[in-house]
Amino acid sequence: MQQLTEIRWHARAGQGAVTAAKVVAETALAADQYPQAMPEYGPERMGAPIKAFTRISSVPIEIHCNIENPDIVVVLDDSLLDIVDVAEGLADDGIVIVNTCTPPEQVRAKLKIPQGARVACVDASGIALDTIKRDIPNTPMVGALIRLTGVVDMDAFKQLLAKNLSKKFGQEMIDANWASVDRAYEEVTVA
Amino acid sequence: MPTHKTLAATGNQVVAEAMRQCAPDVMAAYPITPQTTIVEEFAAFVAKGRVHTEYVTVESEHSAMSACIGASAAGARVMTATSSQGLALMWEELHIAAGMRLPIVMANANRALSAPINIHCDHSDIMGARDTGWVTYFAENAQEAYDNTLMAVRVAEHPEVMLPVMTTLDGFITTHSIDRASVMDDESVKAFVGEYQPRNPLLDMEHAVMHGSFAGLGGPYFEFKKQQRIAMENARTVIKDVGAEYSILSGRPFDVVEGWGMEDADVAIVVMGSTAGNVRHVARGLREQGAKVGTVKIRVWRPFPYAELARALKGVKAVAVLDRAESFGAEGGPLFCEVRSALYDAVDRMPVVDYIYGLGGSDVKLELIERVYGDLADIAAGSAAPATLTYLGAREEA
Repeated sequence: MQQLTEIRWHARAGQGAVTAAKVVAETALAADQYPQAMPEYGPERMGAPIKAFTRISSVPIEIHCNIENPDIVVVLDDSLLDIVDVAEGLADDGIVIVNTCTPPEQVRAKLKIPQGARVACVDASGIALDTIKRDIPNTPMVGALIRLTGVVDMDAFKQLLAKNLSKKFGQEMIDANWASVDRAYEEVTVA
Repeated sequence: MPTHKTLAATGNQVVAEAMRQCAPDVMAAYPITPQTTIVEEFAAFVAKGRVHTEYVTVESEHSAMSACIGASAAGARVMTATSSQGLALMWEELHIAAGMRLPIVMANANRALSAPINIHCDHSDIMGARDTGWVTYFAENAQEAYDNTLMAVRVAEHPEVMLPVMTTLDGFITTHSIDRASVMDDESVKAFVGEYQPRNPLLDMEHAVMHGSFAGLGGPYFEFKKQQRIAMENARTVIKDVGAEYSILSGRPFDVVEGWGMEDADVAIVVMGSTAGNVRHVARGLREQGAKVGTVKIRVWRPFPYAELARALKGVKAVAVLDRAESFGAEGGPLFCEVRSALYDAVDRMPVVDYIYGLGGSDVKLELIERVYGDLADIAAGSAAPATLTYLGAREEA
């Protein structure tokens, strides 16, 4: 059975969306899937709105173009909701996952999304500040993504996260990142 | 047989890995935009002692190729990478590398040229190097970029060729995207590329030679050029032989042109680089609906595979060429002119039309490819006159 999942990431430059897009792709490889991940390069300045893309497929991926009809949209910064149509082209049964303190019902009211689509919210920045002690919401957002979509395996993601972090950090930082993932997994709410 | 490792990595990363495995004696590079992370990754390999290459940092891309030429003439295996304006600045040195018959291998991230300023993918830079005398490969994805790099070393250093080789991959789309690719173990690569045996090296003091000397009016310049032509023709066979040998190691087929659906296709698209995947994807969908569509990917651009292309397109009723570069004032883009030329001797010549697409990284949406196949169906059915040149997807087609 051929299956392709397309994820579009919206963030501000510096929030780790490109890294998240890549780590999810690498996690998919570990499950013998075919991943593709690419940022949409533009004038790169901290804080500018950016997009990144991840494709995960059970068969080799041939296409090389931007994702216009994503199954999943991940928004790392809720200030983008006012300036970017993050739900543009969202699949009818798709999902938008937003890093925000606002409840999903309110975010849903704000977005133009198909009736069958879901909106999920989690305070990933708050969780990151609590656990990692820095506002880098990308890692907890992957925890929420896994909870809602199962697009990659949680254990595989945590193992890869530990492997990547261990190049520069000790176990304490790995534990903090794991905690951020677990909390987002638990705390994400859907409307 | 080799062992293989599967990676999730960018095109640049796997090319850097291939270059590390080939263990060049010298790499010269100018590390600034528009460079590639290939030389950055390679510099890290050198710093970590994972490859013992003399890494020369120079003051411009012109100097980078100059240093490569000097090192190669001295007898070293030499590799480097560049992109866009960097390749443009190398232009006169590209001719010198080829004219001196130096088997330098260089990766190019295919990117736009200014003006207006644009750093994204197209084939403008590489088409500017078209007539410089380099054997040139195109890659559809990271895997092909890796494979082409290893094969390039063997082709460049082959005694019947002795020409520089460029292995190109599409800027950002292939260079910066994470893709799945398989790499071979170091020992197998080492055995495949072999040890470099330089011919007439400058540093062989026992057998003093002169390189790149004066060959003015009445001198052998004209005959040297003929020898370059012969070497490039020789490369045709060598590329195939090396490709066949590599296929056995890699388990992946290789040919200078790769057709899909061409056994009974009514219409076909000819394409190079990453867009070949987009085209095949659309073709698959149309086939499922019963349309007899096919596509031909050009994997080796120089020497251009005229005979193979003409064979692949035999019996097709209409052909579209996708050009990711301009040749202003020509009848179409550079690939279009080659394809038409390749078909001139064909018994049943079909209409061939050109689409300039994706300049400056303009997104190659699948609906654009669908539009081309739609046009081809109309042309084949005789219900539309073929338009020689179309700017595919340009806003306000002017």
